[in-house]
Amino acid sequence: MFLINCPYCGERDQSEFTAGGEAHIVRPKQPTELSDDQWAEFLFMRKNIKGVQLERWNHSHGCRKWFNMVRDTSNDRIHAVYKMGQKPPIE
Amino acid sequence: MKNKYSIFSLIKNAFSYHENWQRAWRDPEPKKEYDAIIVGGGGHGLATAFYLAKKHNMKNIAVVEKGWIGGGNTGRNTTIIRSNYLWDASAGLYDHALKIWEGLSQELNYNVMFSQRGVMNLAHNLQDVRDLKRRTHANRLNGIDAVWLNTEEVKKFCPIINTSPNIRYPVLGGTLQKRAGTARHDAVAWGYARGADAMGVDIIQNCEVKGIKRNGDSVEGIETTKGFIKTKKIGVVAAGHSSVIANMVDIKLPLESKPLQALVSEPVKPIIDTVVMSNAVHAYVSQSDKGELVIGAGTDAYISYTQRGSHDVVEGTLKAILELYPIFSRMKMLRQWGGIVDICPDASPIISKTHIKGLYFNCGWGTGGFKATPGSGDLFAYTIANDEPHKLNADFNINRFISGDLVDEHGAAAVAH
Repeated sequence: MFLINCPYCGERDQSEFTAGGEAHIVRPKQPTELSDDQWAEFLFMRKNIKGVQLERWNHSHGCRKWFNMVRDTSNDRIHAVYKMGQKPPIE
Repeated sequence: MKNKYSIFSLIKNAFSYHENWQRAWRDPEPKKEYDAIIVGGGGHGLATAFYLAKKHNMKNIAVVEKGWIGGGNTGRNTTIIRSNYLWDASAGLYDHALKIWEGLSQELNYNVMFSQRGVMNLAHNLQDVRDLKRRTHANRLNGIDAVWLNTEEVKKFCPIINTSPNIRYPVLGGTLQKRAGTARHDAVAWGYARGADAMGVDIIQNCEVKGIKRNGDSVEGIETTKGFIKTKKIGVVAAGHSSVIANMVDIKLPLESKPLQALVSEPVKPIIDTVVMSNAVHAYVSQSDKGELVIGAGTDAYISYTQRGSHDVVEGTLKAILELYPIFSRMKMLRQWGGIVDICPDASPIISKTHIKGLYFNCGWGTGGFKATPGSGDLFAYTIANDEPHKLNADFNINRFISGDLVDEHGAAAVAH
């Protein structure tokens, strides 16, 4: 449980938000061309990093907008929040 | 040779004030090479080592554990054991485990305090009733005991449940598996450790895996905080940290790691002699032999390795508990904790080979791995020893996420995941 600085609404309780998992997984441009392996990779396979991870979050009980976050999953510390379409501020 | 635990050894040791009990397992330094290494000294890992030694005659093996054995999810769960799963593959897997549980204390010569006190799953809405009845039928077709109870029968079986039709989520009935129950979780780890150690398995604690050495398509050994150890077979049973190990060899697993919480109350006199689970309101409760209420809460909905979990999750569970059991309203909670569970998209485990020769994964048990401990160890040992899955875990291979042949136990398995 922690506070999240929504890029649109400001600081709010984490319970207002929904986590959307790993960020920057690009949707296949031509789904009909994909092999089963590639589908599995897109749909299911995740890095599930212990440490600094790039994630998608949705302010589901607020502005309902999606945004990205740089968060350390080993201690829940949030390093940065950035809007959809933007590049991650740190690697 | 280990001394056998018995009434006579208990009396004999009583005369020396229980100060001369033999050590239950050694504390060896790692050898240079093993025939197989199990990564992770929880119940599943220790059981794997035990059955590798006992059934497959592999004695030159080691279990490496970064902390202490049974210190992860084995010591953090709510100890519920049941096999009332919906699909055939799951029913086979979990009932295999339940059958081993029934003779486990004798097999290990270690009292795991397996108590078949029954597990009851409540229905709170029409869909629950339909789902649970369907599951009861599916269970019985698979030879697993299951009965449907109406509201009155639920009340009779567990009188402290509030069955008033006027509560927010009234109890419309429930299912009961009488062979299900609980066990003492620490004893499971200790019993398997003692049994494996007696057959020559090295249990190496405080030894964290830092890397896996590969030679092309096969494994050569593991880098650890206690140096390099050579081996041709590595079985990874690292629960919430499975992805951390997988990332060392650039394997991606379909897992997300999340904190799952539980809590216990102050000890009180016997008040609930079974396990009651409620899927819809997500609350489950049983009472330990010490008298504490053991309450299972939910997972946080985001990836985290913090082993604590959020307050609002506990709050939600306790609200549900209080509505179902008003008698608990003045109970004080003593302890709360979290364990990191590795959840698969289909809420079923992976017990599988990988594309790297000699590397095996047993993971994805999510929120319900404890009940499967003996079966999981037995089948994973088979998979490692024979380099192919047993028929009971063939469906739980990692390739099901490519073929689409998932074993979808989300919600179907009597508890919301």
